[in-house]
Amino acid sequence: MSTTTIAATEVELNDEGFFLAPEQWTEEMAPELAAREGIDDLTGDHWTVLQFVRDEYFEKGTGPTVRVLGKTSGVSVKELYQLFPKGPAKIAARIAGIPKPRGCI
Amino acid sequence: MADAITKISIIISKGSLDGIYPGLIMANGARAEGIEANLFFTFFGLDAIHKERHEHIKMATVGNPGLHVPTMLGGLPGVSSVMTKYMNHKMEELDIPSIPEFVEMIADTGAGMYACLASVDLFGLEKNDFIDQVQDIITVGEFYEIAAGGQIIFT
Repeated sequence: MSTTTIAATEVELNDEGFFLAPEQWTEEMAPELAAREGIDDLTGDHWTVLQFVRDEYFEKGTGPTVRVLGKTSGVSVKELYQLFPKGPAKIAARIAGIPKPRGCI
Repeated sequence: MADAITKISIIISKGSLDGIYPGLIMANGARAEGIEANLFFTFFGLDAIHKERHEHIKMATVGNPGLHVPTMLGGLPGVSSVMTKYMNHKMEELDIPSIPEFVEMIADTGAGMYACLASVDLFGLEKNDFIDQVQDIITVGEFYEIAAGGQIIFT
């Protein structure tokens, strides 16, 4: 666990860089979090995914897997990997300030 | 994490439902973690990417003690089909995609898909018999070139 300053606000992250308290997250933090993942420009499609994973997390208690994202977010699996090449579900969860999604598929 | 896995190549050599799924799940899971992944289909594993056959992959009900069905029973006509239906139904409940859908999804994640030349020749198949996601039919040597710098998993 570590305390980090994102967008001039102190937040708590776990060892893997996921938010420990998703309610600490604000939209202003997303560009800085994205830059840490090597994504310099957050497009509308990125935001669609970020919003979706946050909604899913608060509704279901866990973020969606890539399979769920591809089926229900309106963004295809192919596009998801173009947006988040290093793993859409994992990277989107980090940028959207939610815990790492658990799921094998 | 200096020793994190960054690349894997998975060989799928069996043509049964329980022979194909684990490799697919591992490949998909690797991509989800941002790990580079390649799939190499050989021997009966080729059925997983065969246009006509991959919709009809069956559970092995003979010589499969893990299933806890006596071999004599498992060999009766229709038992494999019934067990396959049951298994597919269970997986659908858990939202695990069917093999054709799963293979397509894994290709969409950017994983490489290759068929083994020796097996393709052995079974008298050609590129046309396989789904479009299969990039190439390659030799073992070419597979090792593609797998270079990563880990290899045989299933």
